[in-house]
Amino acid sequence: MPSEKMLMNGSHVVAEAAVRAGCRYYFGYPITPQNELPEYLSARMPEIGGTFIQGESEIASINMVLGASVAGGRAMTSSSSPGVSLKQEGISYMAGMELPGVIINMMRGGPGLGNIAPSAADYFQATRGGGHGDYRTPVLAPGGSQELADLTFVAFDIADKYRTPVMLLGDGLMGQVMEPVVFPDFINLEDLPKKDWILDGCKGREPRALFSLLLGQDGQLYKHNLHLQEKYDQITANELRWETKTQDEDEMIIVAYGTAARIAESAIEELRAEGLNVGLFRPITLWPYPMAALRELASKVSKVAVFELSMGQMVEDVVLSVGDRAEIHFYGLPGGIIPTPADVADFLRSASRGDGKVGRRIDV
Amino acid sequence: MSAEAAYKKIFGFPESLKDNPTHYCPGCGHSIAHRLVAECLDEMNLREETIGVPPVGCAVLAYNYFNFDMVEAPHGRALAVATGIKRVHPDKLVLTYQGDGDLAAIGTAETIHAANRGERISTIFINNAIYGMTGGQMAPTTTLGQNATTTPGGRDQRLHGNPIDISQMLAVSNGVVYVERCALTTIKQINRAKKAIKKSFRCQLDDLGFSLVELLSPCPTNWKISPKDAWKWVNEEMVKTYPLGVIKDITGYEDKK
Ligand SMILES: Cc1ncc(C[n+]2csc(CCOP(=O)(O)OP(=O)(O)O)c2C)c(N)n1
Ligand code: SF4
Ligand SMILES: [Mg+2]
Repeated sequence: MPSEKMLMNGSHVVAEAAVRAGCRYYFGYPITPQNELPEYLSARMPEIGGTFIQGESEIASINMVLGASVAGGRAMTSSSSPGVSLKQEGISYMAGMELPGVIINMMRGGPGLGNIAPSAADYFQATRGGGHGDYRTPVLAPGGSQELADLTFVAFDIADKYRTPVMLLGDGLMGQVMEPVVFPDFINLEDLPKKDWILDGCKGREPRALFSLLLGQDGQLYKHNLHLQEKYDQITANELRWETKTQDEDEMIIVAYGTAARIAESAIEELRAEGLNVGLFRPITLWPYPMAALRELASKVSKVAVFELSMGQMVEDVVLSVGDRAEIHFYGLPGGIIPTPADVADFLRSASRGDGKVGRRIDV
Repeated sequence: MSAEAAYKKIFGFPESLKDNPTHYCPGCGHSIAHRLVAECLDEMNLREETIGVPPVGCAVLAYNYFNFDMVEAPHGRALAVATGIKRVHPDKLVLTYQGDGDLAAIGTAETIHAANRGERISTIFINNAIYGMTGGQMAPTTTLGQNATTTPGGRDQRLHGNPIDISQMLAVSNGVVYVERCALTTIKQINRAKKAIKKSFRCQLDDLGFSLVELLSPCPTNWKISPKDAWKWVNEEMVKTYPLGVIKDITGYEDKK
């Protein structure tokens, strides 16, 4: 049975959702603004026979995830931007060895230490690989606490189904905000599909080896990367997620994800009262990006506005999706400032007028 | 009397090794260390209960030679990976097999903290005082005066720092129950090393804590000397920086002489 409606901090929501989704192995290193997540699990994991380890670094933590994953467990780590940079090596190895695992990034401002205010400046890192090599990481971007819970389940399922690391990309605000949430029921670990590739000692079978080093002269690495690409094509075909809130009168749509989308929604309401009709397109999977859905929508309006808590990263995917089917306007805020709906409303008015006063027009 | 009854098999190819030719150079210590690990697992009947983590280094392909479950770790991260495995399978034997660069340079943090947590893991540490795989650069364990491709004229304390004795450092931790250093270059030491590896496995099975066996290992190729001289160098020179023997033992086991 799903849970009662509960009022919880966003970091706790992810932690509890992970437990209910069958995660029994958590490894992480403290960093603001997501410390409530490991703190919660340090108490929760022992209650359910799980493992909590505060690793000595993010590098160690992601490699513990790698180990727990290859041993067959549902494993997770969480961090915020600087820590996620350190995890990239491990993510690349997991992608290469096709190991499932969930990585939570509650983004903060950067580059460097930046600050601890909400930001969304790790879009490139999350969606473009982050680590080295020819791989992709499915990235899920929740829009609020309920989705933090629901998409945590989805993240574990995608990870297992396709044997890939999956990233849940939130931000510092989402990790702190208290909102009501209903948790899906506990999954039964016994019900999960059996993994026939894990390492648990070779009793009664041939020994297994998992590795990413592919030196074979017969194009071993070449073939492996083609295989990975096939898998990424399947993920793109099956796992796209987005939300639209549009009506026929819309003259413009705004594209935003995560916290930015919620701010945009409030701005849209404000503008409707003024007679300016703007629809919302909210990508939920950032990789794969719902390009076709956005393209179709863009062809019905004259303008596409893009709002991000960064100086312009997702906008590149919007450009790839929309091309010259509509005018593209961009408004971004660097980390450290939480914009208000009024700021976004100003941007949308300006984009509607085309006066370039707030934000900028993107030349395609 | 049948042949089986008349003859007892006292020596053969270990089941814990695959029948594959290795890529190790002539005179290299890695092959001996592999053989020892395999013999110990066979004799303790552990092959099917074992999960191994090889390093990034010359032994990166160890899964082609060891006949049990293995997973590659990124360079230096073997003990973090092993930690994750051991937490999922507390009842299995988990071992890492690591070189000096892997264990005592890039992986120092993972090494110290896994040991200090007292992870029930056995580590086989191959100290050849050099980066074998990448062609002979300075290792953290390169001895003073020793030539490496990045210590022209020999390792200089002022310029390159000191050889690190990570085994001694680990012994300080309460999570560590057993550390012994042996060499792979005399019959006596090889036998000693085998006992030490077995003891390390036993510590783990008895849930005592972390243990490590350091094996001084010749790398004739990158030391740029003959195998014979390499063995001699271990026995006469390397042991001055890395004295052989038990470094820590709080297992309480009574060793049979
Ligand atoms: C992150 C990273 N940095 C560097 C390397 C290159 N590299 C591979 S093995 C190695 C050193 C191996 O030396 P050691 O651990 O002593 O093992 P040996 O080959 O001597 O047995 C290095 C630097 C790598 N694979 N990954
Ligand atoms: S380079 Fe050295 S360590 Fe590597 S296989 Fe050859 S002798 Fe052994
Ligand atoms: Mg070495």
